[in-house]
Amino acid sequence: MEQLSTLWQPLLDWMNGNDIFTPNTFAMYWTGLTNTVQLVFISLLIGLVLAVPLAIARGSRNQVLRKSIWFYTYLFRGTPLLIQLYLAYYGFAFIPGIQETWLWFFLDDPLYPALLAFTLNTAAYTTEIFHGSIQATPRGEIEAARAYGMSKAKMMRRIVLPSALRRALPAYGNEVIFMLHASAIAFVVSITDLTGAAYYIYARFYAPFAAFLFVAVLYMVLSFSIQALFKYLEKRLLVHLKPAS
Amino acid sequence: MLDLHGYGYRLLEGGLLTLELAILSLILAVILGLVTASAKLSSSIVIRAIAKAYTLVIRGVPDLVLMMLLFYGGQIGINMATDWLYYEFDVDIFVNVDAFVAGVITIGIIFGAYMSETFRGAFMAVDGGLLEAARAYGMRPWTVFRRIRFPLMMRHALPGLSNNWMVLLKTTALVSIIGLSDMVKVAAEATKATHEPFLFMIPVALGYLAISSVSEWCFMKLKARYDVGFGAEGASWNN
Repeated sequence: MEQLSTLWQPLLDWMNGNDIFTPNTFAMYWTGLTNTVQLVFISLLIGLVLAVPLAIARGSRNQVLRKSIWFYTYLFRGTPLLIQLYLAYYGFAFIPGIQETWLWFFLDDPLYPALLAFTLNTAAYTTEIFHGSIQATPRGEIEAARAYGMSKAKMMRRIVLPSALRRALPAYGNEVIFMLHASAIAFVVSITDLTGAAYYIYARFYAPFAAFLFVAVLYMVLSFSIQALFKYLEKRLLVHLKPAS
Repeated sequence: MLDLHGYGYRLLEGGLLTLELAILSLILAVILGLVTASAKLSSSIVIRAIAKAYTLVIRGVPDLVLMMLLFYGGQIGINMATDWLYYEFDVDIFVNVDAFVAGVITIGIIFGAYMSETFRGAFMAVDGGLLEAARAYGMRPWTVFRRIRFPLMMRHALPGLSNNWMVLLKTTALVSIIGLSDMVKVAAEATKATHEPFLFMIPVALGYLAISSVSEWCFMKLKARYDVGFGAEGASWNN
């Protein structure tokens, strides 16, 4: 116990000695970090689950299905995420009488509209990434699967998807980092994410460098960890695509 | 209805500001990208390391955080510098960081980093023999760059360039957060005042889609321009 306090003492002294990096502001940054990670992780997860069937349908022979999915990705990839966020946030809140319904339980918390916008956005990008890699499946693999008499669903499940999703890894890694960076706009709908915490601390202490540089470093650590994770996955899962040395 | 509760004209003005901002940032980004790409191909380790660190930092930090750092921090930084000048040398100047300049600089710096990767790949794709031939004709380094290297490089850089431009265009929406009246900001204000989000957000979304459709057409024309000499008849001996 004694030893522990001698370890902590300098840190506590330092925290008490300045206004900006105090236990209070660290609690704020922690809230911001958990909100950012939660928002990004949940929307990426749901977006990924949505994107796989959408990408398969995007290459379907059915004109209506194919065109409507193309239109969805075109809309969400062609407009800024900020507009999508505003639409999700204000679009529901201003419907007359909605505050009396059970839906308001969700809409009252800006987290849900933000999740909706982020999920639909990342699903659109991910659909296009997966569609591209499904289209790039070597013809020979498909012919071989047909020659084995596989049904379409079986061919998709056993041949096309396993290799297409692996080939999509590098592009999907970029999308994950893009989503992390894009999530910084969440604070405009009053969610205390990392950027929101930094903005609050900037406004409270008028210390832009201490606030924004600190979260910039945190975002960098997060981005590079994600990058390292995807590098590792690529090394494990894409061995077969490496040029022979 | 058509004048959008009187916000129609302001939305158009906002659209113009979005365009100005995007084009100016693109110019800055292309210049920074070319310089950084050259730095990455330089023989000096120090210059290469600086260029690499620049792109690494940009890739790790969200655009919005960089923008706010530059906008809110830039003013304080410049004030400190001008104060110092005033006390030390009695030079009294006042520099105001406005949101437009901060926006152009941040977006330019961010996309300069992305462009540098595009240009680096494109520079490496240019056939060295053509550059040697140009030098053999007695062209000066700048003339070689202007007449041979740049036009040949652009052919390889155009797909990446057009991709970056589309992302840049959407990134300009972030300036509304630091207080610039671009289309998004006008639409957000109008929404708060009238409680009709769809009436304002959908025209703005269509505005972005229109700008990107027009630029897609421009890039098609540019591609045709830079593909001259690499057409079907040239393919057999050039690729």
